Amino acid sequence: MNEDRITVKNALLKGDLFTKLSAVLMGVGIAGHRQIIKGAVVLLMEIAFLGFMVTTGFHNLSMMLSLGTEAQGKVWNEAKQIYEYSTGDNSQQILLAGVVTCFVIAGFIALWILQLQHSYKLQKMIEKGETVPSLGKDVKNLFDGNLHITLMALPCIGILIFNIVPLVYMITMAFTTYSKEDEHLVLFDWDGLHQFQRVLNMNGNIGRQFWHVLAWTIIWAVFATFLNYILGMILAMIINRKETKWKSFWRFCFVLSIAVPQFVSLMIMNIMLQPSGAVNVLLKNLGLIKESIPFWTNAMLARVTIIVINLWVGIPYTILQVTGILQNIPEDLYEAAKMDGAGPATIFFKITLPYMLFVTMPYLIASFVGNINNFNVIYLLSGGGPTYVGDTAGQTDLLVTWLYKLTIDQQYYNLGAVIGIMTFVILTVITLTTYRNSSSYKNEEAFM
Amino acid sequence: MEKKHQENSRSPRKRIINFLVHVLLAVLALIWVMPIVWIVLTSFRAEPGAYTNTFLPKSYTIQNYVKLLTDKNVLNFPRMFKNTLIIAICSCCISTSFVLSVSYSLSRMRFKMRKPYMNMAMILGLFPGFMTMIAQYFILKAMGLTEGASIRFGLIIVYSACTGLGFQISKGFFDTIPKAIDEAAVIDGATRWQIFTKITMPLSKPIIIYTIMTSFIAPWVDFIFAKVLCRANSDQFTVAIGLWNMLQKEYIYQWYTCFAAGAVLISVPIAILFLYLQRFYVEGMSGAVKG
Repeated sequence: MNEDRITVKNALLKGDLFTKLSAVLMGVGIAGHRQIIKGAVVLLMEIAFLGFMVTTGFHNLSMMLSLGTEAQGKVWNEAKQIYEYSTGDNSQQILLAGVVTCFVIAGFIALWILQLQHSYKLQKMIEKGETVPSLGKDVKNLFDGNLHITLMALPCIGILIFNIVPLVYMITMAFTTYSKEDEHLVLFDWDGLHQFQRVLNMNGNIGRQFWHVLAWTIIWAVFATFLNYILGMILAMIINRKETKWKSFWRFCFVLSIAVPQFVSLMIMNIMLQPSGAVNVLLKNLGLIKESIPFWTNAMLARVTIIVINLWVGIPYTILQVTGILQNIPEDLYEAAKMDGAGPATIFFKITLPYMLFVTMPYLIASFVGNINNFNVIYLLSGGGPTYVGDTAGQTDLLVTWLYKLTIDQQYYNLGAVIGIMTFVILTVITLTTYRNSSSYKNEEAFM
Repeated sequence: MEKKHQENSRSPRKRIINFLVHVLLAVLALIWVMPIVWIVLTSFRAEPGAYTNTFLPKSYTIQNYVKLLTDKNVLNFPRMFKNTLIIAICSCCISTSFVLSVSYSLSRMRFKMRKPYMNMAMILGLFPGFMTMIAQYFILKAMGLTEGASIRFGLIIVYSACTGLGFQISKGFFDTIPKAIDEAAVIDGATRWQIFTKITMPLSKPIIIYTIMTSFIAPWVDFIFAKVLCRANSDQFTVAIGLWNMLQKEYIYQWYTCFAAGAVLISVPIAILFLYLQRFYVEGMSGAVKG
């Protein structure tokens, strides 16, 4: 069994002349096994790759070691009476070119493996006396058995270029000095784990802010996720009660707020809660308060306000999502509980909630992740403020909004990248542990 | 059973509870609807400025809408609208085809990279979106897509390139279409491509509409990618950046009521689309949860 498998090792050991030759001259094995056009294309790709490597690739890689050393020069030209600028190195471009080159090399290695395996496969087909599929047949198969390749090629290329490459590029930045601090915006160096140490060190300025922001991020995510979930569920149950009238009208009122684009409604909220905004005016006119309530300038109040407004934003979503599932709860569970004399609270906590948690665990985890990365609510409501002097992070900043401020406003790219990586690590840990401990993972059987 | 239930609801205690529930719902509904009503009223407010000392406007006018749609000197709303429309149409076409292709493949085909792809999508989803945003900007810059009119292409790419990762809801929908239909078609000699285009797609109208609408709406409501990419190129602004700018210090006094008007203009079509799409959203959600 093992001998027959199509692996690189088998191809190299047991391949015929063509297959072995294709370890060096890619595509020869495929062409030699009667798929000439395909083989030629692969060979051309190898030539193109080698051409790329010789002209720019090796240079890119070697530059990546130092990330450039030459600063932009300025020389006074006596004859022309002007300063002449020499083009210096731009570390950010060098790093990008290096990362892209690494991806090209990885792609080339993948191609090398695939063509070797394919050549060996064709060789065995010929040995067994089977007919090798023609090019036309291969193309036809792209619309039948291999349709997924046709359908997913472009989306995957998009994801590779505009998600994976940027992500890797950004991750590499975390290990450099690319930052406005000490003027490293044009030329920067590798910096090892220094930035990580800064972020994790509780005594430093950045580290202190990091732990603050992290704590608030987690508190926020817990409150935002579970308050929305529980209150939304209770509201959905109230609307769905047999005795409640005009059910669809109530639902419409709540759903209407989702229909307004979120950034519009959040900006409206921000304006309404300003010191001279509509809410303060209303409360003053009613004679309830004399001084404006400092919704956005008092740290504690800003936090509470954000969580409350997020209820306004989030509860309608919960209502939409849980209504259908709530109606699926087996009626006999309720009947049995009532027979045993359980009150509404007991029924909710012993039957409804466990059932809903079981069914909607994946959704809950997703919304927790979404809340940790919830940029819009914080950025548009409080802008992360209030911010104390000397800090880059405000009192209501989440890791994401801080990341935004560090990169876009402050141009501390390396610190921003570190924060991004930390967010990812934290999310991974939380997601994996909750998911593995959840009953829907442990026990995939139906809810009992 | 029915009789007993009726008797119950007639009992005084039940009646009081019932009344209280309705009062509660009315108060909550008022809280939820009030900001929306307020912004609609503000969009017709005649007094200028962001803040007034009354909750409701004193006098009404449609001048805000007129100014928004005709004043082209400072914040050119019609041009922003045109920019956004072009971007939305293009990115909608690309992302819809991406999402449907990927989710069909993951739902119906079985191939070696299927599980790894789904895991990869989950892992990529855990990174904050802004991490890629900065680097995307540098990549687009290296491609020369960050200057002048090419910003538009940059934005289209940003909105649509990675949509292959958001397959969950439509995959959940495809999962609910019985496999037996595919198998019958295979016996009749149909290729996978024919099954995809002639059988699955016609059966999937709700999810197609849902995907088209959500990807069409995205460029209208995103302001952060657009802001990073457009920077100071005001002729490339999208509606969202325009509205956001109207609330900045230098414009807010002049433009606040116009902002309200713009917000209403943008929200009405989106709200109609959304209310129409709601049921597909719920269907998609419950499908995804089941799967």
